[in-house]
Amino acid sequence: MISEKPKKQKDKSLKTQAETLQERILKNEEKQYTTLNLGPTHPATHGIFQNILTMDGEYIVHSEPTVGYIHRAFEKLGEKLAYHQIRVLTDRLNYCSSPINNMGWDMTVEKLLGIEIPKRVQYMRVIIMELARIADHLICNSVIGVDTGAMTGFLYVFQWREKIYDIYESICGARLTTNIGRIGGFERDWSEKTWQLIREFVNGFPEAFREFSNLLERNKIFMDRTIGAGAISAEDALSYGFTGPNLRATGVDYDVRVAHPYSSYDEFEFIIPVGTSGDTYDRFMVRQEEVWQSLSIIEQALKKLDALEDKTTFHADNPYYYLPNKEDVYNDMESLIYQFKMIMGETKIPKGEVYHCVEGANGELGFYIISDGGRSPYRVHFRRPCFIYYQAYPDMIKGSLLSDAIITMSSMNVIAGELDA
Amino acid sequence: MQTQELLENIKTDLTQQFGDVVISAELPYNFPTFVIKHEKIHDVLKYLKESEKWNFFFLTDLTAVQTEDLKHLGVIYHLHNMITNYRIRIKTFFGIDKPEVPTVTDLWKTANWMEREAYDFFGVIFKGHPNLKRIMNPEEMDIFPFRKEYPVEDLTREDKDDTMFGR
Repeated sequence: MISEKPKKQKDKSLKTQAETLQERILKNEEKQYTTLNLGPTHPATHGIFQNILTMDGEYIVHSEPTVGYIHRAFEKLGEKLAYHQIRVLTDRLNYCSSPINNMGWDMTVEKLLGIEIPKRVQYMRVIIMELARIADHLICNSVIGVDTGAMTGFLYVFQWREKIYDIYESICGARLTTNIGRIGGFERDWSEKTWQLIREFVNGFPEAFREFSNLLERNKIFMDRTIGAGAISAEDALSYGFTGPNLRATGVDYDVRVAHPYSSYDEFEFIIPVGTSGDTYDRFMVRQEEVWQSLSIIEQALKKLDALEDKTTFHADNPYYYLPNKEDVYNDMESLIYQFKMIMGETKIPKGEVYHCVEGANGELGFYIISDGGRSPYRVHFRRPCFIYYQAYPDMIKGSLLSDAIITMSSMNVIAGELDA
Repeated sequence: MQTQELLENIKTDLTQQFGDVVISAELPYNFPTFVIKHEKIHDVLKYLKESEKWNFFFLTDLTAVQTEDLKHLGVIYHLHNMITNYRIRIKTFFGIDKPEVPTVTDLWKTANWMEREAYDFFGVIFKGHPNLKRIMNPEEMDIFPFRKEYPVEDLTREDKDDTMFGR
């Protein structure tokens, strides 16, 4: 008797609690929120991000992003390494388009040292940077397709990304983390095979890409899924420091290639595509058009290279900062001295501070160096576009469906390596 | 407007508006750079952003640095006016014992994570920041790893001698 009595009471109180809660929910007095961990290693986030979402049913009420899972302290490492060694670190920022990072770094150091780059090298750099932009945009746009359920386009364009990687490979031997180029140019002249691969790509890619565009651009299902998802206004985008395709999708025509031309971009004819509403579909379309523009820039660069009289220069004449050929090091006194000085860090580096930015595949990629004249920089800072615009993500997905949040993230082109540095 | 002219115009304008706040104005690599007194940094940035004359509405970058005497920390702002395409760099320095500077999150939303990063690595305390906690490092960490007192190499290593070259 005694043992039964409290049990009954407990049951009763639980029941009444549940009833009152249900009543309150029905009366909308108290909402029940669910906490959902999206990530850190979720297949839909394409990288290591964690988002702690507070959900009301299928709608996101609040989200709290956590970053830093693959933080490698590049800026601190840069204070120990020589200038030509830091290029290797920049590979690991946005690893979908590492050549842009490599060349951005090289150009920053060239600005610090005051090196003039020959026209031929500038055009060659433009070709590589635009190929990298195409590769990056292909990944981003095809992954939006995957996240909306269209796997075909992804597999189809990856074949062409593979061909871009073959071009990198024939120039520098590496595919993903390229470490392409040197301070002052390239390590060796491009082979006949490289030129042939580039021409094959320029001739074959448009047809394949047109098919990819036909698959998605005016696809009713795709448009219904992406239009209006993850929209942001131009004012907010500017306040959040957006750059690159994400900013252009909101209607601001800011492109570093035009605003601060580097590597002879002022000689090329291209348009800056802009969107209107800043939603996922606009970001997708801006990237689609940029691929066409990049392709046209490559064609123009090839024409300009053909018109150049100079057919052999592949680096600037700066023996103090450009590693000599290994053969010369063994047979030529001066080359040996230059090699020794560079490796041992005896080369004079001017004191000063320099900021240089390039149009990375996902925004303004800036490099800020403070040099105290030593072998390695006193302080080096990377302006990583991902890190800066990813903080707008909680605002962009507030009140939207979970499935929209997924495609918003993939359309923002957030790369974990760049986010965490 | 040439950068030299821009440098001088901004300097005279800031001196007129706020008195003696500009410690130095230089032009390294053709990039106008100002060192501002840290007491007035928020007012100066607010003025540069909101006045119609300058309209530097885009915060490109915010980062921190430790000076070579190791006794001061600095915050470096890169501002950009996309319409006229002018860029300027604003620097401010303060003692490492009291590393406090007002936040600019009220001016630019993007300053939020940039300031958290500067706090995480250098220990700069941004007064008025809505959520000033570590961003890259674990929260239980009790040092500020980018300060010069923490070298990259492990000091206890004996197999490597860096006295001949390098840092």
